[in-house]
Amino acid sequence: MAATTVALPPARASRRWGHQNAWGYFWSFIAWVLAIFLFFPVFWMVLTSFKTEGAAYTYPPRFIFHPTLSEYNSVFSGVQSFTKPFEHSIFVTLFSTALVLVLAIPAAYSLSINPIKKWRNVLFFFLTTKMLPYVAAVIPIFIVAKDLHLLNNEWSLVILYTSMNLPLAIWMIRSFLVEVPKGLLEAARIDGAGLWVEITRVIMPITLPGIAATALICSIFAWNEFFFAQSLTTTNPTMSVFLVSSIQSEGLYWAHLAAASTVASLPVILAGWIAQKQLVRGLSFGALK
Amino acid sequence: MTTTPSSLQQLPVDRALGSVNGQAPPRAVTARADAWKRRLPLMPALIYVIIVTQAPFAVTLWYSFRRWNLLIPGSNKFAGLQEYRAAFDDPAFRQAAVRTVEMTASAVILAMLLGTGMALLVNRKFFGRGVVRTLLITPFLIMPVATDLLFKTTIYDPVFGFLDYVLKPLGVGQVNWLGTHAVGSIVVVLVWEWAPFMMLIVLAGLQGEDLEALEAAHVDGATTVKTFVYITFPNIRRYMELGVLLGSIFIVQTFGEVFTMTAGGPGTSTTNLPYYLYEQVFNNFTVGVGAAAGIIVLILTEIVASFALRLLSGLLVASAGAG
Repeated sequence: MAATTVALPPARASRRWGHQNAWGYFWSFIAWVLAIFLFFPVFWMVLTSFKTEGAAYTYPPRFIFHPTLSEYNSVFSGVQSFTKPFEHSIFVTLFSTALVLVLAIPAAYSLSINPIKKWRNVLFFFLTTKMLPYVAAVIPIFIVAKDLHLLNNEWSLVILYTSMNLPLAIWMIRSFLVEVPKGLLEAARIDGAGLWVEITRVIMPITLPGIAATALICSIFAWNEFFFAQSLTTTNPTMSVFLVSSIQSEGLYWAHLAAASTVASLPVILAGWIAQKQLVRGLSFGALK
Repeated sequence: MTTTPSSLQQLPVDRALGSVNGQAPPRAVTARADAWKRRLPLMPALIYVIIVTQAPFAVTLWYSFRRWNLLIPGSNKFAGLQEYRAAFDDPAFRQAAVRTVEMTASAVILAMLLGTGMALLVNRKFFGRGVVRTLLITPFLIMPVATDLLFKTTIYDPVFGFLDYVLKPLGVGQVNWLGTHAVGSIVVVLVWEWAPFMMLIVLAGLQGEDLEALEAAHVDGATTVKTFVYITFPNIRRYMELGVLLGSIFIVQTFGEVFTMTAGGPGTSTTNLPYYLYEQVFNNFTVGVGAAAGIIVLILTEIVASFALRLLSGLLVASAGAG
């Protein structure tokens, strides 16, 4: 976004965007209304998290109340503290994303810069693996893990999340590698650079923003994943499973749920807000032309 | 950060070009060795994906020919195609298939329409654009399970929920949304979660727009509608196709929403295929039926996927660096 704006000559930029007519103000107004409308559930989550349970269950819903941190206290240091699941989620997210990058960068290289003959078929094969019904694949994994007493082992999630994110990562990174100028690579090859040097010294510096964007998107999907975690790690949960299990208690729990949800979502929200441009870049798939 | 000339200068190009006069690389490599050299970097990822995603299906296929209840010791016996017949005869399975198509199609289409609208709105320059964009992408960043539970409780609740409060002036009473409009309620949540994802993809397409063409259209006095139809839409069409494809891939696997909000109910009205398969194995412990149903779903998915992917094949650009 910023790059596009900067690239414009100032005169043209002002003609396109500077003087808004009535319609311009109308659409800006609509954009604001839509944003506030769609953001409201998030706002409501944060608001509820500062309520007492009693204040959370009121009709009509209360906007003005005496804010309290009691639910955050119970999330941080209650009987069911979030720290273990939080650490577990960080571990699984970091290791699976790292493994994805280690596998995806060379694979994308083989499908773009120095392509094998059937690169199209291989790319599509990777994507079809994302369409398989996960549940059917989990049946044998669950049974084998149960027999080997490997249920609740976080490495099983690292392995599954890697395969879950790998196809998309290969597609994304490939689209960034396609843009690497050919001359640069030839120069490096003439210099006798091996594959390792070519990837680390030539390709990585150019495509680093794209690779960072890919890593961010893989991390979001790994952090938020629920199905595999629910099937395989119920006693040693990640944040998503922890959230669901924390509400099975009787009685009032909305404020607690809101506080726990805010804590669970905060890392991804912050990362996404800071790296908005990277998100757009990652999903641009380089240059679809 | 973008690929600017300054970042290129850090590369050892000068050194590379300087050594052209050195010994030439050996040219006598056979075609076969070259082909393997090309394949080698691909192998770890390919083997990994085959082992983790394909091998379990081979085992699932084997399970599908067996009658096996995890709770009944010694019940693991060869049953031929019986479990397939059991799956086909189960009306809940057919209903789950229909429900999956309904939920996926409506959520993907609505999310794409909303996402495209959002992208067009924030692609203009106006006061607070950055804030609006930030607010709009946030639903995608909230942990989906948190979204599901919070919608189920604080929004959809018939007594204290916010939705009934907002709709009260319109004469809507205390509606139990997840009881009476379960499918629609889940689709609304899915759209809320995925519209920002679509917006991001379409935004990427809008940024590749030819500003000179837009400028020319403006000078020629083209209306906003015409500019959109003839310039903007052709530019973002491929991104929209990509968004529909990726959205379908993710949303067809919808599980958490059903699991946390309705547990497939009321009755089996929101049971989609992922939830149906999950129930067979993790609640009923009938591995054989679950596996057989899983294999049927797999075959159907492959058929649909082969059509969907044909749509996408036009999106692939050959490499600039292809030798």
